Amino acid sequence: MYKIIAKKQLNSAVEEMVVHAPYVARKCEAGQFIILRVDEAGERIPLTIAEYDRANGTVTIIYQVVGHTTRLLAALNPGDSIVDFVGPLGQPTHLARHTRVLGIGGGVGAAPLYPQIRALHEMGVACDVILGGRSREFVILEEKFAPVVENVYVTTDDGSYGEKGVVTDKLRSLVASGVRYDEIIAIGPLVMMKFAVLAAKELGIPTMVSLNPIMIDGTGMCGGCRVTVGGETKFACVDGPDFDGYLVDFDELMRRQGMYKEEENHICKIGRG
Amino acid sequence: MANMSPKKVPIPEQEPQVRNRNFQEVALGYTAEQAIEEATRCLQCKTRPCVAGCPVNVPIPEFIQEVAAGNFDEAYRIITRENRLPAVCGRVCPQETQCEEVCVRGKKGEAVAIGRLERFVADTWMAGHQPETPEIVKKGIKVAVVGSGPAGITCAGELAQLGYDVTIFEALHAPGGVLMYGIPEFRLPKALVQREIDSIRKLGVEIVCNVIVGRSITIDELFEEEGFAAVFVGSGAGLPSFLRIEGENLNGVYSANEFLTRSNLMKAYEFPKSPTPVRVGKRVAVVGGGNVAMDAARTAKRLGAEEVYIVYRRGEDELPARAEEVHHAREEGIIFKLLNNPVKVHGENGWVTGLECMEMTLGEPDASGRRRPIAKEGSNFVIGLDTVVVAIGQSPNPLIRQTTPGLETERWGGIIVNEETMKTSKDGVYAGGDVVTGAATVILAMGAGKTAARAIHEALEKR
Ligand SMILES: Cc1cc2nc3c(=O)[nH]c(=O)nc-3n(C[C@H](O)[C@H](O)[C@H](O)COP(=O)(O)OP(=O)(O)OC[C@H]3O[C@@H](n4cnc5c(N)ncnc54)[C@H](O)[C@@H]3O)c2cc1C
Ligand SMILES: Cc1cc2nc3c(=O)[nH]c(=O)nc-3n(C[C@H](O)[C@H](O)[C@H](O)COP(=O)(O)OP(=O)(O)OC[C@H]3O[C@@H](n4cnc5c(N)ncnc54)[C@H](O)[C@@H]3O)c2cc1C
Ligand code: FES
Repeated sequence: MYKIIAKKQLNSAVEEMVVHAPYVARKCEAGQFIILRVDEAGERIPLTIAEYDRANGTVTIIYQVVGHTTRLLAALNPGDSIVDFVGPLGQPTHLARHTRVLGIGGGVGAAPLYPQIRALHEMGVACDVILGGRSREFVILEEKFAPVVENVYVTTDDGSYGEKGVVTDKLRSLVASGVRYDEIIAIGPLVMMKFAVLAAKELGIPTMVSLNPIMIDGTGMCGGCRVTVGGETKFACVDGPDFDGYLVDFDELMRRQGMYKEEENHICKIGRG
Repeated sequence: MANMSPKKVPIPEQEPQVRNRNFQEVALGYTAEQAIEEATRCLQCKTRPCVAGCPVNVPIPEFIQEVAAGNFDEAYRIITRENRLPAVCGRVCPQETQCEEVCVRGKKGEAVAIGRLERFVADTWMAGHQPETPEIVKKGIKVAVVGSGPAGITCAGELAQLGYDVTIFEALHAPGGVLMYGIPEFRLPKALVQREIDSIRKLGVEIVCNVIVGRSITIDELFEEEGFAAVFVGSGAGLPSFLRIEGENLNGVYSANEFLTRSNLMKAYEFPKSPTPVRVGKRVAVVGGGNVAMDAARTAKRLGAEEVYIVYRRGEDELPARAEEVHHAREEGIIFKLLNNPVKVHGENGWVTGLECMEMTLGEPDASGRRRPIAKEGSNFVIGLDTVVVAIGQSPNPLIRQTTPGLETERWGGIIVNEETMKTSKDGVYAGGDVVTGAATVILAMGAGKTAARAIHEALEKR
């Protein structure tokens, strides 16, 4: 059992949770993730490691409540326990000593982006970040990014906060104004990553993305997480989750992510029988 | 005087058309009367070929003699001297190519039903006893076991019995390896696997789930930071192979591992009571001819598919699955498309619509000794389908070899060992089971676990 140490609401749909998981905390690095099961009958879901504390053996996760399992998770409180919490999974992010990197975080994608940007900052790389959301509420972690980047730019679809528009608009205007980036790290909904990569390609900036296909074991055992990268099949859980965005077949991935739409809707409506 | 009937006492089974709609066990097991009757078919011959035919040398005639006399508890004690998982082995061992293949009675008629008797003895014991907590004098020496499949469980059990403090690290949330996530409920009830694992815990073995060796902790760290004196790697062959043909990433194409894991470990057949779903559709093709393929096909049928095909590129004689499983699959209405090789998965809007195959003929034997399949030009045809399950084999997961310097492996990923001791190229590290042999059998994995335990004990005694 993995004890919940602390929990905080970040907006109406996003929460942060600190969990005691010493085997994960002892070795995890930026870019890696965990898989948890809330209870004995539960489903396994993957979540990125947002922060960790090796001395206290704790790991922080940030999740958006979107369906059955994230709702069960949100119902728990400090002092409660999660039955399974396994990790660290996936490859740590390959962090290069660039001069300047731009992070793009869409919605809850800001959570997996944060540890990567922080690690770059600690390496002495100058970073900026664009945080995008549907409206003000969906822009998260601004205050966490502030100390590790030079500039936090915010865009919202409805203009309720920051600039009105999408993250790619801001990316183009930054580059047009003369800012030079050696690399972009874009993490968010698949559509956002797809368009961020298209824009970055036009601008000639290498772009890493973090993929989130449906997973079960997270150890390379099932192949459910397979994605096509550069024409080759990769298992996102062991070969990724970070990949060169130029090479990812986003359309295939979007389709595969929707494989259980009907079932997800079903279980969402009826709860568990 | 022995019972000279040339046939085994039949084992009661669920009717095929009933059982292919449920996940309860197919075979129901002998009654005490049936077991005694079958046991009296054993001639108690002096040569005992069956014992040599068993990879862990269970004293078969001895236990059968006790069954014949109605001493079922004694029979259990005799079996478990050599085999820690009799309820499992009685169900899934390929007895027809091991102990029963060489049984003297098999020369004229059918062999003694050794597997069915083993199963009866184990089930009877479990029904009447709780796992025992034996008195063990502890040595205060720690040994780590990676993986809780049959190899790991056996090695851990043997070492615990000898007084070592054994910790098993398991990557998944439930121990048991393939017994838990691969082999379906209707062939091996999970409550029974649980029971066998409980008895290993009673020996003092600690099982720590959710720890991935190579990620959560490395083998070097097990020695240096955690103070383990030896490590046994029984991490299995869990990496699924794909066909590498067009359309394989369409929605509706599964590896057998994913399909079976969703169904067995995550209990998708109880969806939505269990929250993990699985897509089956009306028409399913399983590609492959081994036990894994048979299990996937029979699972698909039980999940409600109307037509289920086995697509295999060689012929009937080459099917690697146990004859009994092929027979069960046919009884349950699985359709065999033999001598057909898939070349492309067809799809529409991202979902599978069919599997294009070519007809094959068999040529000269290849390196594996089986006749090589050769495609017939222009014989392509398409089977209309909703789901394709790929069951063409597994190899060891690369994680441990990538994170363990000094551990030598074969090109295909298997860990290289000295077969007498299961010792690897790295000091203090032993390995056995599918991670060494590639996908094999439960009993061979158990045998390897046992051999390694003996060698670890000898090496640690000498220290
Ligand atoms: C490597 C990895 C890291 C991730 N990190 C985070 C994270 O840090 N924070 C976070 O909030 N989420 C993260 N996700 C996504 C998260 O796993 C899903 O949101 C979660 O599985 C939904 O489970 P559910 O039962 O609540 O929803 P479900 O009922 O299963 O689904 C509800 C909705 O979520 C969508 N969905 C389902 N599975 C996924 C998925 N794997 N990815 C995206 N959408 C999905 C469905 O299409 C549906 O619209 C990550 C996914 C991966 C693979
Ligand atoms: C569907 C199916 C049906 C089968 N049917 C039969 C049958 O009828 N008869 C028969 O004899 N055999 C059968 N087999 C084969 C048999 O199950 C295997 O040969 C046997 O289970 C191998 O045992 P093992 O202990 O080597 O590995 P496994 O049973 O594979 O166990 C390995 C364990 O190690 C864990 N692990 C892997 N990597 C790590 C890591 N890095 N850290 C921690 N833990 C790790 C895995 O999660 C797993 O639990 C079948 C196999 C399958 C898949
Ligand atoms: S999640 Fe199963 S192989 Fe990646």
